Amino acid sequence: MRPLFLALLADDSRYGYELKQSLEQEFGEMLPAMNAGQVYSTLARLERDGLVVGRSVEGDSRRKRMYELTEAGQAELSSWIEAPVPGARLKDEFFMKFVVVVAAGLAAPMKLIERQRREYLQSLRDLDAVLADGGKGPTAELMVEGAVLHLKAGLEWLDLIEQRLAVGAESA
Amino acid sequence: MTPVLEARDLAKTYDTGGAKVFALRGIDLSIESGEFVAITGPSGCGKSTLLNLLAGLDRPTSGQVWLDGERIDQLSETELARLRRRKVGFVFQFFNLMPTLSAAENVELPLLLVGRGRKEARRSASTLMSDLGIGDKQDAAPAQLSGGEQQRVALARALANSPDIVLGDEPTGNLDSVAAREVLTLLRAARDRGQTLLLVTHDARVAAAADRVINLRDGLVSDQTELQPARPVAFPFDGDSG
Repeated sequence: MRPLFLALLADDSRYGYELKQSLEQEFGEMLPAMNAGQVYSTLARLERDGLVVGRSVEGDSRRKRMYELTEAGQAELSSWIEAPVPGARLKDEFFMKFVVVVAAGLAAPMKLIERQRREYLQSLRDLDAVLADGGKGPTAELMVEGAVLHLKAGLEWLDLIEQRLAVGAESA
Repeated sequence: MTPVLEARDLAKTYDTGGAKVFALRGIDLSIESGEFVAITGPSGCGKSTLLNLLAGLDRPTSGQVWLDGERIDQLSETELARLRRRKVGFVFQFFNLMPTLSAAENVELPLLLVGRGRKEARRSASTLMSDLGIGDKQDAAPAQLSGGEQQRVALARALANSPDIVLGDEPTGNLDSVAAREVLTLLRAARDRGQTLLLVTHDARVAAAADRVINLRDGLVSDQTELQPARPVAFPFDGDSG
């Protein structure tokens, strides 16, 4: 969340509630409802770290603070923009569970694969319903398309795991 | 209730010069009226063989196939052809439209084959094609149509006789993702109108649209999943506000 705040403050200083509004506009339902407390605690931490500075606006009876980027904030934003997000996704919750549970003999491997396949298929159905329904806006739709591709990859991976399992059983 | 389509201990063995290949090793399967079922599995798992046996396009080595309460695996070719025309619609990966006929004539064909009048066939085809969003393509030759449009024509043809069941072999297999999505939407709509569907597919998106997904492996059913109506999707964001 922090770098998003920094990026939103890059072109102009803003009030906390403006940041909240911008994020909600951009990401729609992709964001869970953000309460004001979360926004201000994030801003407080950014300010503590010297990345933003908040000023009370004169004549504003609501005594809201207007936030702007510091030089350190600008530098942090630049390095965030320049660094690509990590490519390889080696961390996978299902796979860690699978390895540990199977190694300890706590469940049949096929049962784990089947349950996971069900979940992925059901999730794919859920996401396709979002796309068929429309009305989420182009940004949310692109995000859903990305999630769909990951699910398809997940299903292919389950097939591969199942296949290796079968080969392992034959050669054992 | 009688299932629309049923397989009982269905097996198929191919004899390839001494070496026996067990394509299917005992499949039990029952499709109820109005169900949308997808069959998935890796290539070589027997899913296409199964579809051919269920469609009466091939004969099992052992076991039985029942269509609408009638055992069909021992019928003659003529009887099978007659039964297929009245009770089964087909959608294939490569559309299989008659290239010398117009789109509308392709859709009229199954109607004429069961003895409907030419005018009535024309009217039904026209209505169906409009429903599937290809009302303006009636006079086009298949070769003039995009893949997605050809598959819609094929779907209209499959639905023309209001068949008991539509069987599909990789119906989105030869389409780009946009056309695949459109065909899938139409298949879903057909199911919503009560059409029974059985599709063989390796497209996870097609499988996810089905009510039941049957996974085949090495000629056996390895898993069956009943899918629930789509759940509301929560869009989690980072969540980490620190």
